[in-house]
Amino acid sequence: MNAARDLPRLGAVLAIGAMALLPMARLPAFYDSFLYLVFFWISLSTSWALLSGFAGYFSLGHAAFFGLGVYVTADLTTKFGWPFLATLPVAAALPALLALGIGAIVFRLRRLRGELFALLTLSVTFVIATIILNTPIDGGGGIFMSAVPLPDLMPTPTGTIYLLGFVLCVITLLIAWKVVHSRLGMGLFAIHDDEDVAEAKGVPTLRYKLTAFALSAGIAGAVGGVHAMYVGFITTSGIFELTVPLYVVLMSVLGGARSWFGPAIGATVITTLLYAFISGGEAMVGRAIVAVILISAILWLPEGFVPAVKQWLARHRRAPARAPLAEVAPVVPAARPVSDTVLLQVRGATKRFGGLQALGGVDLDVRQGEILGLVGPNGSGKTTLINVVSGFYPLTSGSVSVAGVEIGHLPAHEIARRGVARTYQIPRPFVNMTVLENVVLAATFGMEDSSPFRWGGGASPLSHFVRKWPIRDGGVMDDSSDAAHDPSVGVKRRHLPRRRGRKASEIRDEALHWIGFTGLAGKEDVLPAGLNLHERKFLELARALAARPKLLLLDEVLSGLNPAEVDNAIRLVRAIRAQGATIVFVEHLMRAVVELSDRVAVLNEGRLFALGAPRDVMRDPRVVSIYLGKAYAA
Amino acid sequence: MPSATLLGQALISGVLAGGLYGLLAMGLSLSWGLLRLVNLSHFALAFLAAYLVYELGTSYHVAPWWSAAMIVPAMFGIGVAQHWLFDKFRVNELASLLITFSFAVILEVGIQLYWTADFRRYETEYSTKSIKAGAFFIPVLDLTLCIVAGLLAWGTWLWLRRTYVGKALRAAAEDPGIAAAYGVDHKRLAYLLSGIGAGYAGIAGTFIALIATLAPAEIWAYLGVVFAVVIIGRLGNPLGALLAGLLIGASESLAMAVLAPAWAPVVSFSVLIVILLWDPEWL
Repeated sequence: MNAARDLPRLGAVLAIGAMALLPMARLPAFYDSFLYLVFFWISLSTSWALLSGFAGYFSLGHAAFFGLGVYVTADLTTKFGWPFLATLPVAAALPALLALGIGAIVFRLRRLRGELFALLTLSVTFVIATIILNTPIDGGGGIFMSAVPLPDLMPTPTGTIYLLGFVLCVITLLIAWKVVHSRLGMGLFAIHDDEDVAEAKGVPTLRYKLTAFALSAGIAGAVGGVHAMYVGFITTSGIFELTVPLYVVLMSVLGGARSWFGPAIGATVITTLLYAFISGGEAMVGRAIVAVILISAILWLPEGFVPAVKQWLARHRRAPARAPLAEVAPVVPAARPVSDTVLLQVRGATKRFGGLQALGGVDLDVRQGEILGLVGPNGSGKTTLINVVSGFYPLTSGSVSVAGVEIGHLPAHEIARRGVARTYQIPRPFVNMTVLENVVLAATFGMEDSSPFRWGGGASPLSHFVRKWPIRDGGVMDDSSDAAHDPSVGVKRRHLPRRRGRKASEIRDEALHWIGFTGLAGKEDVLPAGLNLHERKFLELARALAARPKLLLLDEVLSGLNPAEVDNAIRLVRAIRAQGATIVFVEHLMRAVVELSDRVAVLNEGRLFALGAPRDVMRDPRVVSIYLGKAYAA
Repeated sequence: MPSATLLGQALISGVLAGGLYGLLAMGLSLSWGLLRLVNLSHFALAFLAAYLVYELGTSYHVAPWWSAAMIVPAMFGIGVAQHWLFDKFRVNELASLLITFSFAVILEVGIQLYWTADFRRYETEYSTKSIKAGAFFIPVLDLTLCIVAGLLAWGTWLWLRRTYVGKALRAAAEDPGIAAAYGVDHKRLAYLLSGIGAGYAGIAGTFIALIATLAPAEIWAYLGVVFAVVIIGRLGNPLGALLAGLLIGASESLAMAVLAPAWAPVVSFSVLIVILLWDPEWL
């Protein structure tokens, strides 16, 4: 560590220490409570952003978790005689558990995204408020906190509350910062953009959403615990107010809900404005002004203040000099012949959508190192087969195994980690991430080298190739400790996103390599909206390759490309195979099917119709007849 | 356990109260289901209408139906103006939720500044009238409300099913691009629908003025229940909204009779949560 890097950190620690000791200066109580309110709203809005801003699940139920925390502390101190500080862990834990419970049910429903999630969480708030009001938790009369002793952490009671609020605020911001700079944060941002794709790239979406929800609710609960002492007299109507979700959303959206410090800036601005009006006796007008600000912010700064400033800065700053690209290893043509080992085995795969049978018992073996072309008329089940193998749809019956391991009933992210990667016919990049970030995500969450389900051959067939370019720190690619699985452990250990003992810089180099490999070099910092269709298709490929798959499923990579781009893509697929990956590709373009495939499988009406060498299959009169009708079959 | 008469009376008043839920839900359901805009200010508009009916009735002695005849077209205009803003800024569902929330706050503040935060009650000769049917009493105003809500729901449902404009609206809600390719002028229709939705808020507001006690904070009292009704009744389906309103009203009222009045809010949300999790085909 050099001094230049440590200096800002030292400065930050000193500033935090000075802020914490501010009440020692015995400022008038007004300042203590005003600053406490700023910290209060920073903590609440930042904790809200952990789930709602980062992962895009808008919650209007933050008051439920906050209010539960308030009542935990109020009840434990007044009715059970607990010391105040001892109640805070419980005030955090109960809301976190509640969030886990809600999430465990709600996050499994695909349709409960967006506004329905918002309204459901709002409903939960009403239910909890009613239950608390009607049970001895409140009892209808409210709770007085005046008899509860406050620990003498500071010379004055307001000073003590200030300190507690400040500590929570710092902890919240630290958590938010760590989340943003971890696998968890990366995964949450991907969930925000496209949850299905995130899952297919190996992000354990359910676990990440639950983690974020529990963290968010836990912080809100702890903040509520402290706030119980600040308020003094607690009523359900005062605590479960609509203003809590309103202000929290407003502050986060205004500041920038996808940034770790955006909500803090929004909270500071709004709290100051509100306080100015309340002290002027114009609380109602203050609310109206806040509402006007919210409308203006959403109409003109939909991304929030912090991202807007960042974009402005980026436009007015010259692009930083980028480190030269990692050396692209020369492509060795078809060094690995097709082996006899079966990599993908599909047995009796059946998929029904209600009464519609998309796949009716497909049996298919794909050998290691093979390129299998999957063709068939529209609606014959090609894409459904890809969706079933990659885990996007659960099988109705039958089995799918990769290298002897049954994957048919695993969630999609587990399948991705076992070395299956796919592309989408219509490219689905993460729209708020740059090309580089898109590929880094796939590399971070892709195939696990040291998965406990290590297959016969050991590492991914692509990994010998990846190892060709320099890996720092002696190439630590394996880390078999199970703890590394846990995102929260990753958060604790390092700041930078890492994948099982690999450094962020290694993952980044690897991502840059695949960007170069697919011809996207120079576009690293471009958002997907700035790419043309051809480049978006290649971004799909780069993401799939960065996962270092054993089995690559390509869904119509060539559709919509012009002849020159098709040639380019065919060369690329050959080069990928030359690394030893096994490829199953769906394609309508017969020239490409014949040029690329070792074998061709024809699907018709959800069943395997023909299988064999490309030229034989294409001449098969039965195959010609399903494509062109019987008249041409002769 | 309360007596059968009490339960029967609770059921009747619950169903009648549910009519108001259904009436409020209709406008919301139309704009959410067919325009993909969540209009939280719907409640504030209804209360603005209610206060206007109250003001015209108490200060100028204008009969409520004449007030309604003036207010509903004005509300239609407000709805159109609101949609102009959404259209101009290409507002999506989530942003519409936040923006209309802000509208509602601004209207609430305006109402409070003019009419103060005090409770207001608009007493008319109909307020206490009721029909006696066997052992049960049926308040005339509530019954009228339910009949009006039923006619509106039925009419709107037929309009959406049978007429070209209705079919075009539903097509545009499914896929605006494809609908446009078949010559549907989605934007014009959206203005019409937004106006109609706000007009419904005006009608609902008239009844709120006659039936309920007015206070600015009451704007938020209906929010949760009515949203539950909208979702249970299926987005964009006025008839479903009304039926869900009646169902929720009845179950709330029964819960009040059997348990305690304070437990009522739990009912609608529990029904909503159960239905969301159950995820039936018709939703």
